[in-house]
Amino acid sequence: MEKLFGKDLSVMAYRARLLAVDAIHRAKSGHPGGSLSCLDALTTLYFNEMNLNPDDPGWPDRDRFVLSKGHCAPALYAVLALRGFFPVEELQKLRSIEGHLSGHPDMKHVPGVDMSTGSLGQGLSTAVGMALAAKHLGKAYRSYAICGDGEVAEGQIWEAVMAAAKWDLDNLCVFIDVNGLQIDGATRDVMPTEPLDKKLEAFNWHVIKIDGHDVSQILAALSEARRTKGRPTAILMATVKGKGVSFMENQAGWHGKAPNDDEFAIAKAELESKIKELEEN
Amino acid sequence: MAGKIATRGAYGKALVELAEKYPELVVLDADLSKATMTKDFAAAYPDRFYDCGIAENNMMGIAAGMATCGLKPFTNTFAIFAAGRSYEQVRNTICYPHLNVTVVGSHGGVSVGEDGATHQCTEDLALMRQIPGMLVLNPCDGNEMTQAVAALMEYEGPAYLRLGRPAVETFTDELPDYSFELGKGVTIAEGSDVTVVATGMMVNMARKARELLAAEGISVRVIDMHTIKPLDEELVLKAAKETGAVVTSEEASVLGGLGAAVAEFLGENCPVPVIRHGVNDSFGRSGTAAAVLEHFGLTPEVLAEKCRKAVAMKK
Repeated sequence: MEKLFGKDLSVMAYRARLLAVDAIHRAKSGHPGGSLSCLDALTTLYFNEMNLNPDDPGWPDRDRFVLSKGHCAPALYAVLALRGFFPVEELQKLRSIEGHLSGHPDMKHVPGVDMSTGSLGQGLSTAVGMALAAKHLGKAYRSYAICGDGEVAEGQIWEAVMAAAKWDLDNLCVFIDVNGLQIDGATRDVMPTEPLDKKLEAFNWHVIKIDGHDVSQILAALSEARRTKGRPTAILMATVKGKGVSFMENQAGWHGKAPNDDEFAIAKAELESKIKELEEN
Repeated sequence: MAGKIATRGAYGKALVELAEKYPELVVLDADLSKATMTKDFAAAYPDRFYDCGIAENNMMGIAAGMATCGLKPFTNTFAIFAAGRSYEQVRNTICYPHLNVTVVGSHGGVSVGEDGATHQCTEDLALMRQIPGMLVLNPCDGNEMTQAVAALMEYEGPAYLRLGRPAVETFTDELPDYSFELGKGVTIAEGSDVTVVATGMMVNMARKARELLAAEGISVRVIDMHTIKPLDEELVLKAAKETGAVVTSEEASVLGGLGAAVAEFLGENCPVPVIRHGVNDSFGRSGTAAAVLEHFGLTPEVLAEKCRKAVAMKK
């Protein structure tokens, strides 16, 4: 596959948004808000940054990805389907007893999923383990993860952050999806996790702050992470929860709720219009 | 072998001895290598030893990640932290994806002694047994531990291995027909009136209880159930049919562990009197290991009394 850049990446991210929201609508349950906020980063990883082979999902030398905020599985599934790991039609069975697309990622049943996640706070440790294994085995592959800014209230995240710095894991790059909202409301009210840049720098990480919906900034940050030696990189991406669907944007209430038929019709029209607009410009 | 060695000591030696043969083996610890006895492996193979600090939950996740990349991690900490603090990490991140990680819980049971209740884990066997696909092992002496570690190297999948703190007599190497196989109990001594199904250090106590009862004319069969899950149902069923009564014995809570496994199985397949010998739904306490074991009735004498009761319950 040719790597995607710029507008093509954005179009792909919006196509994934439409598939994710469609799947959640069909399932009548799921987590649209955080799925939509992380999709530009996720699409950039799978369509540009990461070394992988959809025909051989278990290829030992592939780059690894861990969705530490596992409830955003619809986003990951949509990207994996678009990237060719499994047919796009499978997305219609999200959260269904038929098929294998569980509510949270399941590495045993979904091609392309490198780690089963869902219990918040645990995924980053596994990404650390993958990066450490690469160093241990003398392999060149890199390890990526996406965490939520609410998720980092979990203490285990900071255990993993300490360990990554201890072992100089410059092959580890973690996005934190700073959308500022979680189930009970604003992250600053529920449990303030900021200032994340100062915290991570104090833990000896390299920190980059970007607009998480600007693919050129995402690509530049990933490139900077690859050039950073001797320590892991955190990319703090400012995002909009529910990005791309007007009535979901910046609404905590859309963290874990499926759109009804009328709402989905509006969401679909908005996302299709955005795709058309991007393609025409 | 003979003599005395703690199962944790035999474990530490086995890791070192197997390291050359299994290059995929990596050992993780959480700042307890001098107690879990991984220190010798750390000294011999420093580039294969990862000290994760006092952060057990992260250690479990790191091990899971490493296992997906083809390594064979053994995580090491006390049983209370491995099975207790990190229960959900072990469940969701190691066992749900069925990863090839051995979770080692050292200092299992009340024989931890002086450190007291916070460090005496009596629930680990029950907790680990609840998790689908988990292999649960509790070897009884140094020889059995050595063989268990060797067998685990050839095993693919999640496993829990309990180690004990105090030195215990090594005896399985002197049993003529002894052989170790994962999931297969060992009949240590034949008997016809009652069967003791024991695990860990209680196996040797069962042998002593058998001697006490032999003097009274009660014939006790002793089964060493080093693997609590999957339970060797065939051996338990045969013992229940042939002896008509069963006593389980474990240095663990009577709730949910070996006793529960045996009682659940026999209740559905061959209802005979089953008496569970172990810690009776209680926290531990400080004292020497011997004093604490005696306090909780984990002695050959109390086990013998349980056997008399089981025999009396037979119709």
